[in-house]
Amino acid sequence: MSEGFDLIVLTLAATLRVATPLILCAMGGLFSERSGIIDVGLEGKMLMAAFAAGTVAAVTDSAWLAVAAAILASTAMALLHGFACITWRGNQVVSGVAINIIAAGLTVVLGTAFFARGGQTPALEPEARLMPITLPGAESLVGVPVLGPIYRSLISGQNVLVYVALLSVPLTWWIVGKTRFGLRLRAVGEMPLAVDTAGISVSWLRYRAVLLCGLLAGIAGAYLAIAQNAGFSRDMTAGQGFIALAAIIFGKWRPLPAFGACLMFGLLDAVAIRLQGVRMPGLGEVPVQLIQALPYLLTILLLAGFIGRAGAPRAIGVPYEKEH
Amino acid sequence: MGNRHHAAAHPSRRALRALFRVRPESGAAPAIELRGIDKSFGTVRANRGVSLSVAKGSITGIVGENGAGKSTLMSILYGLYEADAGEILVDGQAVRMRGPADAIARGIGMVHQHFMLVAPFTVLENLVLGAEGGAVLRRGLAAARAELARLASEYGLSVDPDAVVGDLSVGEQQRVEILKVLFRGARVLILDEPSAVLTPQETDQLFRILATLKERGVTVLLITHKLREIMAATDTVFVMRQGEVVAERRTADTNPEELAELMVGRKVRLTLEKDAVATGDVLLKAEKLDLTDSRGVKLLDGVDLELRAGEIVGIAGVSGNGQTELLQILSGIRRPTGGRLQVRGRVIDTSHPTDPAEMRTLGLCHVPEDRQRQGMVAPFRAAETSILGYHKLKPFTRRGLLDHVATTAHCGLLMERFDVRPPIPALRSSSFSGGNQQKLVLAREMDRTPRILLVGQPTRGVDIGAIEFIHRQLVAARDAGCAVLVVSVELDEILSLSDRIVVMFGGRIVGELPAAKADERTLGLMMANAHA
Repeated sequence: MSEGFDLIVLTLAATLRVATPLILCAMGGLFSERSGIIDVGLEGKMLMAAFAAGTVAAVTDSAWLAVAAAILASTAMALLHGFACITWRGNQVVSGVAINIIAAGLTVVLGTAFFARGGQTPALEPEARLMPITLPGAESLVGVPVLGPIYRSLISGQNVLVYVALLSVPLTWWIVGKTRFGLRLRAVGEMPLAVDTAGISVSWLRYRAVLLCGLLAGIAGAYLAIAQNAGFSRDMTAGQGFIALAAIIFGKWRPLPAFGACLMFGLLDAVAIRLQGVRMPGLGEVPVQLIQALPYLLTILLLAGFIGRAGAPRAIGVPYEKEH
Repeated sequence: MGNRHHAAAHPSRRALRALFRVRPESGAAPAIELRGIDKSFGTVRANRGVSLSVAKGSITGIVGENGAGKSTLMSILYGLYEADAGEILVDGQAVRMRGPADAIARGIGMVHQHFMLVAPFTVLENLVLGAEGGAVLRRGLAAARAELARLASEYGLSVDPDAVVGDLSVGEQQRVEILKVLFRGARVLILDEPSAVLTPQETDQLFRILATLKERGVTVLLITHKLREIMAATDTVFVMRQGEVVAERRTADTNPEELAELMVGRKVRLTLEKDAVATGDVLLKAEKLDLTDSRGVKLLDGVDLELRAGEIVGIAGVSGNGQTELLQILSGIRRPTGGRLQVRGRVIDTSHPTDPAEMRTLGLCHVPEDRQRQGMVAPFRAAETSILGYHKLKPFTRRGLLDHVATTAHCGLLMERFDVRPPIPALRSSSFSGGNQQKLVLAREMDRTPRILLVGQPTRGVDIGAIEFIHRQLVAARDAGCAVLVVSVELDEILSLSDRIVVMFGGRIVGELPAAKADERTLGLMMANAHA
């Protein structure tokens, strides 16, 4: 019983760790998409950020400089996306895909040029990484039934960026729902003309949304390279940017449901990892790949019509042009 | 001495006044004054040397045909476009409008023809957008709620602040637009074709609102192409033609005939003359037509309709009440989900479907509502548009190949007969004006000498001169024994064209009456279904 309970707590803790980049990306993507800019390039932004973090951490041994570099790299990609989609009114999906391709190629080329390790950055010492934080009292309270282990293994002992991710959710909810910027952001994704005629710049609003997206995707990338892992390795994002995008759609472009979707995808992943190689009576080896494919399958099913496009900002994907 | 007479008698004095824009009757600076506004889009000169002045607390109308430059002028005043040359004066002070924010700061507000509302937002959220009163919404929203209540009582514009705008009726949405403008403290209100989407009753209500605004000292600029509204609502009217102001009149001193003539530049008959109706056989008969869409929404509900040879039947209704779907079914584009349709003996129902090609062979031709998307292919040459749907017939196709020479010759002939300008078959369809596009589509269909002719919004976006021509063509078809069905949201058009009028509401036919017994009021009530 107690062992089973511990297992659950540990799986949930793993869920949080796996879901962190998803949550950060989803909140970032949400800003962009609510403003009407489709963000297929989350993956590429995160990958560039992870590479920048891995490189700067390896060279300077400073974790926080690495985070700053990650944010810088990611926002640079976001600006590129904005320049293509907002200023030049290009196709947002094409621009996003281009960013993914640039990131996949550039990180490997630069990585090989810098470190000659086949695209990897050198393994980082703990000082150059962000390590789990033990909250006060975690060990002394472990004797408290139920809450003790939850506090020690789930609430305490997480990486600082996990807390940042968890904080980003209510913050996004508050900004989008309760502030002037949020109101204008939602309006520009629905009806940019209304925003323009109200005397507000559509472009500047969308640029800010895209930059916020870059900021959060940058933190997600840093998490991958210097918190969850001890360095950058090629294609280390492994589709998580797309999963985050799926979570946004799953959550109908609202922060709290999108957060829920991230946790669900994270849980599926954590369970899949835990079940790796486990033989279940009567079933044989658990088909882990199937569990890992579930998020994608669910997304396809949902996109195929279970929720439809309902909830999507009405002007999403449409470049804003005045008549004439 | 009338203003008009006065101006005609002293041309030099008129020129002087045009130069200095001195208003002898009032000492105060005009609310708005435009001097020599020029604006070009590429080679098109949308405004040339436009000068006009609007007195404080008046309702001033600007009339003109589509493309006369009214909307461009207002967009310049509102800062959406910047003029190439000219000056804008607000309360006697020259100002530069770099964007709507400048105009709003100067107390100028605009209600656009297509509402600038965010559908999923509440009334209150729409109201504060751009004037939130702080980085955090809560306080601003509370203040806006109080201000909304005040405006509602002062101007008689009540609306639920927490209603979602997308759920409101068109009339209510327009009220929200006006409130939005007043909320920003506007003292000058520009309304661009405000009645385009309203029922006659809603329009009357709008005019009452405008009168109240005027009483409270608000200056109103009303842009429209509907002369009746100019006559009913304004104090002064400016007439625009081809980018220029061609006349200024006091409304009390003018009449619709004079205004129409000024707009078009020649005499126009506003009333349509036609012979008494002589109906023949029933050519088309719809019985209990039903249409339910994939979400289970009933779009058409038991529609019965008969079309006889030699009559024009008009379908009136506020747009979106099933007229579009009815036209789609009658023309074979869409299949009904229930009921029966007979077209010259051919029975069509759910188990015996049809398509537009078969309908054409039965002598049924269709001029669709949305001519840009359904009536033509915009990048095609006019010659190609002129044979769409008939392109497989001789002489346009021979041995499976298109014959461009024959097509071009055919198009040239149609253009001559239907007065399409410019008469150049090689020109892209999209480069013609709305009226000329419509004449081309109408020419294509009427050239087949149809027995049944379905026409959706025959004169939408068409200028007065072309309206007259199109109407005469439809009457000629009817006199030749064709059964004509006209769907229009313009009541004037329905009233002047039809022999019999059918009113649709909520996918049902809610009334039918001979044109002789119909007037705007009764039709308006039926369209709002206040009749039942």
